[in-house]
Amino acid sequence: MSEIVDILISASFWAAVIRIASPLILATMGELICERAGVLNLGIEGIMVIGAFTGWMAVYQGMPLWGGVAVAMAAGMLFGLLHSVLTVPFGLSQHVVGLGVTLLATASASFAYRLMLPQVTSPPKITPFQPLYIPGLSDLPWLGAALSQTALTWFAFAVAGLVAFTLYRTPLGLAVRAVGENPAAVEAQGLSVTGLRMGAVIVGSGLMAVGGAFLTLSAFSSFFFEMVNGRGWICIALVVFGAWKPGKAVLGAILFAAFDALQIRLQQTALGAVLPYQLFLALPFLLSILALILMSRRAEVPAALMVPYNKGER
Amino acid sequence: MRLEAIPNPSAARKIGLPALALLATLGVAMLLALIAGANPFAVLGQIARGALGSKLAILETLNRATPLIFTGLAVAVAFRAKLWNIGAEAQLYAGAIMAVVLGTGALGSPLVLPVSAGAAMLAGAALLLGPVLLKTRLGVDEVVTTLLLNFIMLLFVSYLLEGPMKDPMGMGWPKSPALIPEARLPRIVEGLRLHWGFALAIIAAVAVWVIQTRTTLGFEIRAVGQNPEAARFAGMPVNAVLVKTALLSGGLAALAGWSEVAGLKGHLSSDLSPGFGYTGIIVAMLALLHPLGVVVTAIFVAGIFVGSDAMSRAAGVPTYIADMLLATALLFMVLAILLTRVRVVRG
Amino acid sequence: MSRDSGAEVVLRLDRITRRFGALTANDAVSLTLRRGEVVALLGENGAGKTTLMNILFGHYVADAGSVEVFGRPLPPGNPRAALAAGVGMVHQHFSLAGNLTVLENIRLGTEGLWSRSRAGAREKVARLSRDFGLAVDPDARVGRLSVGERQRVEILKALYRDARILILDEPTAVLTPQEAEALFATLRKATARGLSVIFISHKLHEVMAIADRCVVLRHGRVVGEVDTHATDKAALAALMVGGELSLPRAEARVPGAVLMRLDQVSTPDRGAAPGLKAVTLELRAGQITGLAGVSGNGQAALAEIVGGLALPAAGHLWLHGQEPETWTPREALARGVARIPEDRHHQGSIADFDLTENAVLEGYRTRFSRRGWMDWRAARAFAEGIIKGYDVRCPGPETRIRLLSGGNMQKLILGRALAPGPEIILANQPVRGLDVGAIAYVQAQLIAARDRGAAVLLISEDLDEIMSLSDVVHVISQGRLSPAFARGTMTAAELGLWMAGQKFEEAHAA
Repeated sequence: MSEIVDILISASFWAAVIRIASPLILATMGELICERAGVLNLGIEGIMVIGAFTGWMAVYQGMPLWGGVAVAMAAGMLFGLLHSVLTVPFGLSQHVVGLGVTLLATASASFAYRLMLPQVTSPPKITPFQPLYIPGLSDLPWLGAALSQTALTWFAFAVAGLVAFTLYRTPLGLAVRAVGENPAAVEAQGLSVTGLRMGAVIVGSGLMAVGGAFLTLSAFSSFFFEMVNGRGWICIALVVFGAWKPGKAVLGAILFAAFDALQIRLQQTALGAVLPYQLFLALPFLLSILALILMSRRAEVPAALMVPYNKGER
Repeated sequence: MRLEAIPNPSAARKIGLPALALLATLGVAMLLALIAGANPFAVLGQIARGALGSKLAILETLNRATPLIFTGLAVAVAFRAKLWNIGAEAQLYAGAIMAVVLGTGALGSPLVLPVSAGAAMLAGAALLLGPVLLKTRLGVDEVVTTLLLNFIMLLFVSYLLEGPMKDPMGMGWPKSPALIPEARLPRIVEGLRLHWGFALAIIAAVAVWVIQTRTTLGFEIRAVGQNPEAARFAGMPVNAVLVKTALLSGGLAALAGWSEVAGLKGHLSSDLSPGFGYTGIIVAMLALLHPLGVVVTAIFVAGIFVGSDAMSRAAGVPTYIADMLLATALLFMVLAILLTRVRVVRG
Repeated sequence: MSRDSGAEVVLRLDRITRRFGALTANDAVSLTLRRGEVVALLGENGAGKTTLMNILFGHYVADAGSVEVFGRPLPPGNPRAALAAGVGMVHQHFSLAGNLTVLENIRLGTEGLWSRSRAGAREKVARLSRDFGLAVDPDARVGRLSVGERQRVEILKALYRDARILILDEPTAVLTPQEAEALFATLRKATARGLSVIFISHKLHEVMAIADRCVVLRHGRVVGEVDTHATDKAALAALMVGGELSLPRAEARVPGAVLMRLDQVSTPDRGAAPGLKAVTLELRAGQITGLAGVSGNGQAALAEIVGGLALPAAGHLWLHGQEPETWTPREALARGVARIPEDRHHQGSIADFDLTENAVLEGYRTRFSRRGWMDWRAARAFAEGIIKGYDVRCPGPETRIRLLSGGNMQKLILGRALAPGPEIILANQPVRGLDVGAIAYVQAQLIAARDRGAAVLLISEDLDEIMSLSDVVHVISQGRLSPAFARGTMTAAELGLWMAGQKFEEAHAA
């Protein structure tokens, strides 16, 4: 037990928690925007893969790190455009299209990787984002170490704040919340349901891709095929866990990251010697299922989630 | 723009648009070949030859199609009831595990195949039972739970193969011991490398088709999928129908893993399925969820994979072109099918 | 009060024509609206009222004709144009987002999407509420409001946008007679301030009460335009239905035994919808029992119990003097309860199933299958029998039901329910949204079933329909059931007081 306490009070543990939470926060915000507008985006897993790949490849080809982030975002938005064209004006099944987009984006990343690096067995490394030194803050005991984070992590939290502000404090956010609840009401007020929903999916997909790029540009320094490894699906669970609210979703991501960081450390303790390591690795997925069960009856789902809207069909 | 229903679509529209979708996929294939610096026509030719060019190629394609027919059927059955089972991958491994558990010597000879097949189906069904009960009891979305279970299942298989199910003679490789000969599916024709799993898959497709069109359960499944509210009002036990659908779907997906182990590989390893569960979704959607169509599209999809492998060795275009083509075909096809029923109008 | 006909014309619809395939929904329809005037647009369902308003609002584009607002032509097919020109519409089905507050719903779409939120919205809403008598809490979540309150929000929305022309589509369909009076008071305040109103309705007494002028549509054409003070209900009715027959009169008969009895039945509230409160109800053979009430007062809960979808949370349900042990739709069907659902699209039929499949939806297990195998031959014969016997106009039993008109769809559902010769019939809004011919047909079938000895429970929001068909009438309000009133013992006004809940309070106090 004391081992766990030691872990929980160490600054390095909390630094890891924030690091692990960052890509989840970015992608969860992306998914949350889509779902608030009424579109379930199951493309998230593949879009994170394409973001991880394109961001990394851009930097490998000589672009600055933020250039890589921009490229990843652009790639994500492109797949978001594909998803939204099919699901919004055409109103196709969001399940099928989302899975199709995930398969296509994942395959595109693999195809492009093999095309650009036909011979390599282990992927080349880039120099990733380094922890920022913030005068004053970084020198504080404990807190300075816990908050020793890269610029992309700070960016992730800034994005979460911006999403919350936009949703609750601006006319645009009001329209997005309305279009996920009752698109006909939005249409009747002279706003474009198609425009709002497509915009939300495209922007949200861009954020998911940046979440993926975090893995290659900040957390690790190269690209592996299996590196996203279900994080996208976990983010979908986090949106439900956060009851479609940005603040709660961020808290959920941090809680989740804390469990993840804990299981990594527990593997090195006496517990890790007794239990198979696969159990620890399965913990994030088990937790996600548990979160879905806990929130099942409580949250208010956007009423028009997964319901396509066709003008003139009242 | 908005969509307007076409009351009686013409036959030309119903056939022409899906054909156009396949043509467009072909166009994408050629474009990808060009990007990869290869001759697009040569690439298409090599894929076709690799899939169907020789007796060996055809058998390889049919072997690859076998698990896809099972997972395609599993998805088709579930999606028909609007039960989004994305967990065929996990159910496949559940079946594979049972094939090993019962096929490595615990049972005597003539019984072992039917018993292990039954156990596999039960295991797959049980694995989907959890998500479907969470859906019917608590309203938890089954898409995410079945997806997450895929990851958990892979870790469980990894645990088994490194622990209790590890082959002591495996020289450190994480794989299971080999099945006893009585637990192996025989070949359909002696001397041809095609096992009985393929025949069973086709029998399963016909059985599913009969269930869907001729039985009350099939009628209920279709009704619940189309309009659960009307089905409930008419007196159908909607939740029970969903559970039955899940059992059928999970069982079919498990047979994919069972037949791969018992028919093809003879043992379990953690790379048993290169995503057969996910590819089953493409197979089912391309078949418009029709069970007999699943057989055709599974062979088509398997051909693309087998052909692309061969092409990749010869022309150097990455083999992932197959995954890109199938995902593209899926998206084009759902759009084409929609456009057979509606037209886009202005205003 | 008649308006000065010289007042400024604020809206002019000029020879609007719109076709849908072979159907001409609007045939050269013209209409003018002047400042400070209430014009009623009167017509049966399917007469073309809604199409006309959808054209005005840019949801549809007219094939011919033009729209002018305040003397300026309105560009077609642009929903913003009408809003910007000062036309506000209150739809029959409210377009409000339930997850947002009243204030948020009102602001929605009034500010540039990329701007900051504007200050002063709250004050403006408060002022409008006061001036027009539209009391509602601006911070309440719309999802928790009553139907009457939601309608006020809709009107506030239009006023907030400085609408000078208000269009109300069947605004009283969801209101008690007393709430409707309050709405009329608001409309009078609006016209006194120079606003103009188009009031869409098919209820003659309301039109007579509120409108200055009345434009009557039939089959997409304007068949008459009259000042309301120069006409009467009978003349309007004749114009509206064009000599086609109105409601059938069911002769009173001697009722038989009690076939179903609800004894002190209660169910829990469901969100804003009240549950049943100790309801006692008897359904007798050979009798039509009418259930009047504003929608959302517990009719759904009652229909679920009678139809087998729910068991009473408290109290007892008796069938032929027995309490059923299980109570499911299957059990109800097996015991001779036929159900005509409220929503034929969502509950009553499966759109992509053909007529055969829809016909056997209820009986597939007992009558059209053996040991789990469907008997499609028998099913098809059954469907053909319904198509013939109930005059369902269709190409054949393999037609998908989504291609049928509402009336023909309802006839198939009616045939499915009545073919087994049920003893108890639950008819929930059986004629809503149907054309005149189908209404007469469905009502005649219900009367015929009663004359055969069936017990019929007729649930309707249309008081006229209830009063003309029912042998006894109950009123439901907030989940409470009034005593039974025999045919002809109550006036519409008296029933209205029960619908509003007022009489329940008096009965309770007494």
